[in-house]
Amino acid sequence: MIKEICQKYAPHKDNLIQILHEVQDQDPQHYISPEAVDTIAEYLKIPVNHIYGVLTFYTMYSTKPRGKNIIRLCESPPCYLKGSENILRKLKILLGINIGETTKDGIFTLEFTSCLGVCGNAPVMMINDDVYGDLTEEKVEDIIDKIRGRK
Amino acid sequence: MSLKRIDLLICCGSGCISSGALKIKDQFHNVLQDKGLTNEINIIETGCMGPCDYGPVLVVYPEGIFYKKVTPDDVEEIVNEHFLKGRPVKRLMLQDEEEKTFITQKEIPFYQKQVKVALANCGYIDPESIEEYIATGGYEALGNVLTTLTPQQTIDIIKKSGLRGRGGGGFPTHLKWQMVHDNPEEEKYFICNGDEGDPGAFMDRSLLEGDPHRVLEGMMIAAYAIGAKNGYFYIRAEYPLAIKRIKLAIAKAKEAGLIGNNIFGSDFSFEAEVRTGAGAFVCGEETALMQSIEGQRGNPTPKPPYPAVRGLYKKPTVVNNVETLGNIPSIILQGADWFASMGTENSKGTKVFALTGDIRNTGLVEVPMGITLRELIFDVGGGMIGDHKFKAVQLGGPSGGCLTTQHLDVPIDYESLKERGAMMGSGGVIVMNEEKCMVNVAKFFMDFCVDESCGKCSPCKIGLRQMQEVLKRIESGYGKEGDIEELQRLGETIAKLSLCGLGQTAPNPVLSTIRYFRDEYEAHIRDKSCANKVCADLMHYEIDKDKCIGCSLCSRKCPVSCISGSREEKYTINQLPCIKCGTCLDVCPVKAISKIPGMHPDVQAKREAEKLQQQNQEE
Amino acid sequence: MKTLADLKKIREKAQEEMKLRGGNTRIKIVVGMGTSGIAMGAREVMKTFLEEIANRNLTDVLVTQTGEKGLSSLEPVVDVIEEGKPKVTYGNMTPEKVKKVVVEHIVNGRIVSDYVVATGN
Repeated sequence: MIKEICQKYAPHKDNLIQILHEVQDQDPQHYISPEAVDTIAEYLKIPVNHIYGVLTFYTMYSTKPRGKNIIRLCESPPCYLKGSENILRKLKILLGINIGETTKDGIFTLEFTSCLGVCGNAPVMMINDDVYGDLTEEKVEDIIDKIRGRK
Repeated sequence: MSLKRIDLLICCGSGCISSGALKIKDQFHNVLQDKGLTNEINIIETGCMGPCDYGPVLVVYPEGIFYKKVTPDDVEEIVNEHFLKGRPVKRLMLQDEEEKTFITQKEIPFYQKQVKVALANCGYIDPESIEEYIATGGYEALGNVLTTLTPQQTIDIIKKSGLRGRGGGGFPTHLKWQMVHDNPEEEKYFICNGDEGDPGAFMDRSLLEGDPHRVLEGMMIAAYAIGAKNGYFYIRAEYPLAIKRIKLAIAKAKEAGLIGNNIFGSDFSFEAEVRTGAGAFVCGEETALMQSIEGQRGNPTPKPPYPAVRGLYKKPTVVNNVETLGNIPSIILQGADWFASMGTENSKGTKVFALTGDIRNTGLVEVPMGITLRELIFDVGGGMIGDHKFKAVQLGGPSGGCLTTQHLDVPIDYESLKERGAMMGSGGVIVMNEEKCMVNVAKFFMDFCVDESCGKCSPCKIGLRQMQEVLKRIESGYGKEGDIEELQRLGETIAKLSLCGLGQTAPNPVLSTIRYFRDEYEAHIRDKSCANKVCADLMHYEIDKDKCIGCSLCSRKCPVSCISGSREEKYTINQLPCIKCGTCLDVCPVKAISKIPGMHPDVQAKREAEKLQQQNQEE
Repeated sequence: MKTLADLKKIREKAQEEMKLRGGNTRIKIVVGMGTSGIAMGAREVMKTFLEEIANRNLTDVLVTQTGEKGLSSLEPVVDVIEEGKPKVTYGNMTPEKVKKVVVEHIVNGRIVSDYVVATGN
């Protein structure tokens, strides 16, 4: 599976960042496993520690398994000025977890993200690739419930 | 020729999408299908129309009627009343305080002072349609350049226009191009910097999503001018829609023969590729960006050598911002003189700004350089929300300084802002009202920079953290005399010695808030008080016994059970365990609880005791 | 696409598709689509206008609609608005009459006075 992803790209070091993104997105737990790192290192013919250097530098990659839905709450000033702290408090209560943690049922992981660029509709959060703006505590509860219902 | 009689434009910029625009689009599809109107009505998903605050927005042509805050429940009414009966729905139109209704987009005050150059097509065309881009004059500039101008002539036009980099640096665009053009190296590269990491900035995102072909065309003209055959779009991974649109634009341009060999029958051949970031603000810095493209950690490298001499793969490279490229096709088509006729002496043309914060009309705007802050905030931005007063505006995100009421009549151009300790930046404009604490805001930006520091050079890695420690102390009531001077000393040193722009500009928010709001810092330090009741340790909650009705609701809801009392004696907050969550204030039915500036005497006494104890232990 | 001429062809075709969004309109035809208008056949009148304009490739003519015109006994009602000329209002329109108006008035500039019910505002 991982090898197939690699083979879509030429075996150059330049393609590391895109490969890591695709490998992570394909994994149901949204992370890059040690096995994946080995496979990628072999394909690109680069040392494993170079890959870890890159993995740990960029904040969107995770070396730990995460939930099915990654909630990224924007913590930048425009969202903060519009009350993102209240949204964070609500999320912590709804999910029963802290930032960086995953719910026991593996459905949600809660993270901070830097500015999502949707500041006109602050406060904002992203769940996987979907962006939700003009958040209120009620809306957040609604969104989480809908995702839970869908599962 | 089509039989369509209505063009329904649905704003599908990320802002309106986040407010539910896609659901509205689906609902229109369903209703129009049910009523058999799909042959008559065109649904077009456009890029950002600008007024995020009114979103989701629609514009209906040919009348140009503007609908705001539309919901899926409104769709049926719009179809029945407007499309079928020709009666536009008044309640969905914008109204001002005097109940004057603005029917068409052109009438709306938000748009009056705007001049769209880079954003000319945003909100007007379908960004996924190369035909619509061509309809508005797209790729004609490229055709003209390739068939009638030499690379040097192209650079001369850009020089004459006075275009300066829109990413924040304000460096004259033609200079970078000239340097690489003059370099005898065969292999050259062009990079479009789409790593818009500034908090509060979404100009580039909107342009990449809303008019990707324009940016591509700008890139190709630039590549021709400098002699590059390969171009890279580096886009941050937090913008999945922008990435998708640019990739689609490249594919469609290729299909149309606009990318590849011998474009327009000339000797110019070009290939473009998209690369993404992975969540690192520092990769917006050009040398870090190039490291990232090469598959490395995004650590900046010292300059010189500048990318124009030794850049990507050690070859001469030009890195230009998205908005800079967005201006190029218009400059070529309408002429350098036209562009230079707008703006001020040294800052020509227009600038796209992202208005956010406590302002009525948050959103995306494009205005001529030289407009005053007052016009931007009060005319275009609609002024402050509610009865609040303007206090400060942060321009340029974490690299920029703040400006205050005394600067409202300053013209917005590169030099005027610099003189006052601020900077244009990429275009993020965060407006703050009188309730905001400037120490808290400065600390917020500092936290961001500490997080995003790549760690390579000590002034930034260690210095910023030291500044953060001082700010933490001030914010939590442990500030002491000399702290302000320490922040200034650290800030000036870090700015001078840091390797890259991140470290060099990170102290700006702190230094400029000290310059204009020193009294707030002093109150935090000397009086242990946050006048705006924002810094949790420097304010407290109090129950007014005269208003309290003894219902005990606050006590029951308090997460740390620090409120006690009775119906007769009323309730009191025990200040020591209070975590300042504000729940009591939210639930009190008679508004008996309020926030008071200053550390409560009980807390102060406890801290004094702890201090004394610590001193005794040391002796 | 190999030449600027190729680009021009694509541009002209695409501009035609985007005509509703503004630009080069010489004549605007406004069909009254209030309830009484529709009851008397305004939709067919509208459809015929669109077809006739399309068949003749009249790129500078725009067909649009409005609500109740308040001239119930004369429905379906159509306004023809041309820059610099007084507005012409046709009444009791039918698909057949539409065809004549398009040929005579829109293409050849000759108002069909038999069908006119009002001029100017």
